[in-house]
Amino acid sequence: MTSAGRDPRGSYPRPVGSGPIVTLAHGGGGKASRDLVADVFLRAFGLDDPSRLEDQARLPLAAMTALGDRLAFTTDSYVVDPLFFPGGDIGRLAVCGTVNDLAVGGATPLHLSCGVVIEEGLPIDILRAVAASMASAAEEAGVRIVTGDTKVVPRGACDKLFVNTAGVGVIPAGLELGVGRARAGDAVLVSGFLGDHGAAILNARGDLALDTTVESDCAPLHDLIARLLTACPGIRFLRDPTRGGAATVLNEIAEASGVGLEVDESRIPLRAEVRGLCEILGLDPLYLANEGKIVCVAAAEHAERALAALRAHPLGACAAIIGRATEDRPGRVVMRTTFGGLRIVDMLVGEQLPRIC
Amino acid sequence: MKLVDEFRDPAMARILLREIEALVGEIKVCRRRPLSIMEVCGGHTHSIFRYGVEGLLPPEIELVHGPGCPVCVLPMGRVDDCIALAETPGVILATFGDAIRVPGSRKSLMQAKAEGADVRIVYSPVDALALARADPDRHVVFFALGFETTMPSTALTVLTAAAEGVANFSVFCNHITIVPTIKAVLDSPDVRLDGFLGPGHVSMVIGAAPYAFIARDYRKPLVIAGFEPLDVLHGLWMVLKQLADGRCEIENQYDRVVRPAGNEQALRAVGEVFQLRDFFEWRGLGSIDHSGVRLRDAYARFDAEQRFSVPAVHIADPKACQCGEVLKGVIKPRDCKVFGRACTPATPLGALMVSSEGACAAYYRYGDHDADRSAATEAA
Repeated sequence: MTSAGRDPRGSYPRPVGSGPIVTLAHGGGGKASRDLVADVFLRAFGLDDPSRLEDQARLPLAAMTALGDRLAFTTDSYVVDPLFFPGGDIGRLAVCGTVNDLAVGGATPLHLSCGVVIEEGLPIDILRAVAASMASAAEEAGVRIVTGDTKVVPRGACDKLFVNTAGVGVIPAGLELGVGRARAGDAVLVSGFLGDHGAAILNARGDLALDTTVESDCAPLHDLIARLLTACPGIRFLRDPTRGGAATVLNEIAEASGVGLEVDESRIPLRAEVRGLCEILGLDPLYLANEGKIVCVAAAEHAERALAALRAHPLGACAAIIGRATEDRPGRVVMRTTFGGLRIVDMLVGEQLPRIC
Repeated sequence: MKLVDEFRDPAMARILLREIEALVGEIKVCRRRPLSIMEVCGGHTHSIFRYGVEGLLPPEIELVHGPGCPVCVLPMGRVDDCIALAETPGVILATFGDAIRVPGSRKSLMQAKAEGADVRIVYSPVDALALARADPDRHVVFFALGFETTMPSTALTVLTAAAEGVANFSVFCNHITIVPTIKAVLDSPDVRLDGFLGPGHVSMVIGAAPYAFIARDYRKPLVIAGFEPLDVLHGLWMVLKQLADGRCEIENQYDRVVRPAGNEQALRAVGEVFQLRDFFEWRGLGSIDHSGVRLRDAYARFDAEQRFSVPAVHIADPKACQCGEVLKGVIKPRDCKVFGRACTPATPLGALMVSSEGACAAYYRYGDHDADRSAATEAA
C-alpha cells in the first residue's frame, strides 16, 4: 500500500454530498441523541426493545454464581488511529481487548459496556460500521453489550472516535492466576506471532509507504484460554501483551515474581513482514503491541501439555515455548540472542522511536 | 530472512571468536593490559548491545563506544534553538523520531509538542518537504541531524526544494562530520586507543581516503565495518590482525556497500549545498574546528538559522555529567558519577542516556556486560 496524497489526519472518508454526519445536536440529549443511539447502537446490540430501556443494565446473579465465586471487572479505552486497519477496527479492538483482559484472569467474559466519545463531523456510516463490528466481535466472544453511553464533542476536542468498554466476567472457584506466581524453572510460552497488531497499525498509518500488508491479530481469546485451562493444570499466569508488547509483560512477571527470565530469541515466533518492518525502522518486535496473543507461565512439568493445548486451537497454532524462569538475576529479563550473545530486555521508557540511520 | 540471517549466523560467529582469541594470544600488549578499540559509530554501538557481542569477546578486548551518535553529541543550546523554532507561530517542526526526547536546558521537543508546538516525526527530509508542499500557509523547518550518512538526503531535499521553488521550507542544520571528530579524540591527552572500527554508512558516502591520516600520522589501524554482528566481529578480527602483524592501515570490511571513493553523486550534492563551519559545538567534547556544516549562501533561503532568529545561547553541559570522558573512552558509562542514579533513560542528564545508540542508554538498557560475559562463558 502507499499513502501518496493522503491526509494523515483524515483516515475516515470525509462526508461527500449530503451523507449524514454526527453534529453537536446528536450530543444534546434530546430527540437527535435518542435517535442516533437507537438507530446506531441499540439496533446493532439487539437492545431495541424500548420497554426495557433503563439507566442501567440489570444482570441476574444466579447465572453468574453458577460459573464461579469471583467477579472479574475491567475497563479500557481505545483511541486507535486509523479507525479501520487491516485485520480489525476500533470496534472489534474495543470488544476483544476487554474480553481478553477478563479472560487472562481465568474469567468467563459475560457482559460489556460501550461508551463512545464522537468528534462532530464523523460520518454516521462510520459509526454504524464500528457498532456492527462491535456486535459481531461480541457474538464471537460470547458476550453481550448491555449498557452504554454516547457523547459528542466539538471538532478537535477528540480525534474522530474514542471508545471505552468495561466488562464483567466470572472466575471459577479454585483458579488462581497471578503475575507474582512464577517460580524458577517455569516455562514461558507465547500463543503465536508477536508484534502483528503494532506493525499493522504502524503500516496502516501510511507514512512509511511500505509495500506490504500486515494484519492485526485482534481476536477474542476467551476460548483459547478456556481450553488451555481445562486441558492443562499448572498454569501460573496469563496476560495479553498489548501496549508495551511482550517485553513489558515479561518484565512485570520477573519483577512481581522475583525471578529472572531467560528468553531464547530464536524461539520467538515472528512473521517475516513484521521482522522486516522492525529491521527497517530499528524497532524491537518485543515491544510492539499484540491484540490476540497471550504470554503464559506454566510449571515446567506441564509446559509441553500447555504448548499442545495452545497449538490445538486455531488462535494458538504457532504457539512456542520461548524461555524459562531462573533463580539468577531476579527481576531481570535477559535474551539469548540468535547470535549467541546475551542482552537485557528492559521496560521501555516511553514509546519506541525509529532510529535515524 | 534473506540478506539478514547470513550476517547473524552463530556458527560463523563461533569460528570468528576462536580466530579472535587466537590473535589476542599473538598480540604482546594484551599480556599487560586490555586492548581498547573504539567503534566510532552509534550504529555499531547499537548492534554490539542488541546482539550481546561484547559479552562474547575475550576479556583482553575492551570496546570504547565513540562519539558517533549524532543525537548524543548535540549540545543543549542547539536543542533549545530547535525548540524555539518549533514554538515560532506558523512553524511545523519536522524531526527524526529519536531527537524528540533529547533534553534541552528547559525541555525537550516532546514537551514542547505537549505544550502546543507542532512537532511531527518524519522518516526522511523528503517527508518534511512533502509537509511543506501540502501546507503552503505554514513554514516547515526540518531538524537536520547526523553525520555524512544523512547529509546527502538533506542536500538533495534542499536541491529539490530550490528546483521547485518551495518557499515555506527550511533546514535547521546540525549536520556534523566524522573525520575532525576522530582527530579531536586522538588529540585528547587522556585517550589511549589501539584501533578503530570505522563507520560503515558514513564511509559509504565519503569513502576510505579521508581516514588515511589515522594510519599515517597516528599509527592506528582502522577497519570500516558493516552493522550486522558478524560484520562487527569480522571488523574486529581485521583490526586485531593488523595489530598482530604490526601494521596500521585503513581497511574495508564492508566492501559489499562501501566503495573506496565513496558515493560521488552524494558527495556532489553535499558539496553543492553545504560548506564547513569554522567550528561546531559538541556535547561532551566541546568545540571542534571544521566539524559541522551549514548551508551555502546560495541556499540561505533554506537556512532556518537565517530565516528565523534563534537564541543561539551556549549552554554548558551539566557539571555532574561525564559524557565527554565516556565518549573518549576514558571511563566506562558505569564509572560515571551519575550513571543509573541521577541519570537514567527516564531522566537523562547526559545525552548519552537519551538515544538508543548512546553508550550509557545501551549500558543501562542492555546491562552489565561483565555479568553477561561470565554468563556467556558458563553457557559455552
